[in-house]
Amino acid sequence: MENTTRVKSEEMIGRIDGRLMKNKVIKGIFLTATAFTSIILIVLLYRIISQGAPYLSWDFFQNFASRRPEQAGIKAAVIGTLWMMSVVIPTAAILGVGTAIYLEEYAKKNALTRWIQMNISNLAGVPSVVFGLLGLTIFVRVFGFGNSVLAAGFTMALLVLPVVIVASQEAIRAVPNELKEASFGLGATKWQTIYRVVLPYAIPGIATGSILAFSRAIGETAPLIVVGIPTFVAFLPSGYLDSFTALPMQIYNWTSRPQVDFHNLAAAGIIILLGVLILMNSVAVWIRNRYQAR
Amino acid sequence: MPSIGVRGLKGARGLKTTNKDLSPVQQLLEKKYNGGFLNRSEKVIPAVLFIMAAVSVLTTLGIVLTLIFETITFFRDVSIVEFFTSTEWYPFSNTDPVYGIWPLVLGTLKITLIASVFAIPIGLAVALYLSEYAGTRTRKIMKPILEVLAGVPTIVYGFFALTFVTPVLREIFPSLELFNAISPGIVVGIMIIPTIVSLSEDALSSVPEPVRHGALAMGSTKWETASKVIFPAALSGILASIVLGVSRAIGETMIVSIAAGSTPSAALDLTSSLQTMTSYIVQVTTGDAGFGTTIYYSIYAVGFTLFVFTLAMNMLAQFISKRFREEY
Repeated sequence: MENTTRVKSEEMIGRIDGRLMKNKVIKGIFLTATAFTSIILIVLLYRIISQGAPYLSWDFFQNFASRRPEQAGIKAAVIGTLWMMSVVIPTAAILGVGTAIYLEEYAKKNALTRWIQMNISNLAGVPSVVFGLLGLTIFVRVFGFGNSVLAAGFTMALLVLPVVIVASQEAIRAVPNELKEASFGLGATKWQTIYRVVLPYAIPGIATGSILAFSRAIGETAPLIVVGIPTFVAFLPSGYLDSFTALPMQIYNWTSRPQVDFHNLAAAGIIILLGVLILMNSVAVWIRNRYQAR
Repeated sequence: MPSIGVRGLKGARGLKTTNKDLSPVQQLLEKKYNGGFLNRSEKVIPAVLFIMAAVSVLTTLGIVLTLIFETITFFRDVSIVEFFTSTEWYPFSNTDPVYGIWPLVLGTLKITLIASVFAIPIGLAVALYLSEYAGTRTRKIMKPILEVLAGVPTIVYGFFALTFVTPVLREIFPSLELFNAISPGIVVGIMIIPTIVSLSEDALSSVPEPVRHGALAMGSTKWETASKVIFPAALSGILASIVLGVSRAIGETMIVSIAAGSTPSAALDLTSSLQTMTSYIVQVTTGDAGFGTTIYYSIYAVGFTLFVFTLAMNMLAQFISKRFREEY
């Protein structure tokens, strides 16, 4: 009798050991997976910096594209991206914030509103290359913009629009109701309340989400290819209907050439692209932290 | 005390000099009704905002109509039966072009399969580690790392696949060709890991603490709690995250364009060059297929097929997260 009890408890202790062991092993596996994910990022950044950094020089910023790698530069691509973003940012910001205000403050909770909302979330899942096809048909052909700054800018603006809308909606929804009620109580009209109370409170949130969306527009390549943006450009655009090239297009062009020299140039271009994106993300994080305290 | 009816105020419109006889409230009301601008803008602004909201609806409509009309034009030249049943895709043949979508769909499926096999286990492991095991410090380090991984443009991943992952894999498997399915598949997997991790982790963390404490108090280990209680409770969110990740893999363009080659292939081989639906669209639009040719219209038929695939996946994800959500 005593013996069997002891055997049982030994058995149980043995089983507990086994279970704890299993827990430990699995925790180890999960930790490895987590570490692996960070290592990927480190390797990716290390490879790109070690390949591209030697090619970063003043000439690289000053020169246009060239068939000779030692003379090739990124000037047209950087300026072209700036031109394109000068279309994307106002278009996406105005449409995105306007849509968000409409959905959060004016729209009735009916089938139409739900449909618009569903529509926006589905739009966010459409592959970017399909947005390219839309841009090619509507902006390049139907509106006749050709492969210009305007055509690419509008296509990109539509691509990031769902992200801007959703971020703005969340920021507007986070405005405390008491503030709005106080404003109404003082006799402000609906639009006065939105313009002077809701928007100032929501602006940091809107800005954070929108900056992240715009940084996506800077890095997207597929829609530009489909819209027909050229890669070998040795001039700067002088108007919105001019042809241009952009950073990711230039990187794509250099990557798809077989020579290693061009791959290194691509890495140098990627350093600039990632630098811009990290700068934008830092600004977004800074705004988020600066205003979160409220 | 005079009444401050609207009519009375309107009557006072022309008599500016009498303004100072009115009380402050009357003056305000006069502004409100006679100022015009404020009143008008209160009516105009909702309409303007509605038009802005309509743009995103029009975008969807534009995408669907564009794809449908140009695809119909494509099927004037090419038989729809050939498109769905032929196992060959030779659009650039001068004598006898064949348009069978299967090789492109197969290419997409190969990439998606490799990406899923790579990303789902790692993504779930990271999500479980972060939500069930990791302390706040690890989380504080991992969150930005995942955000950066999610923010890396796909062109950069494509470059990484071609110039690093492919050469490394070819060192290990010398028979691997320069363009293959495995390297871009793995890198597409890396690209979707952040999607799977962040959405799964949200689902896991939203299981209430008392549920977790209950299981631990019964003597379960952390793994038993995670696998038998938390994971099943968060299953809908986890499945939705996987489906969304797969949908992104299907639509991924640049990684496959750079590292997978441009050979439409109906073979099941993973070590040789292939073409996906997305990389075909890129190949045609970087080339000089003129407007109005059958090849030009074929990108819309391929784009339409791609759109149907991703739309189906996105709707499946929405359905899963709505239908199977556990309410606490």
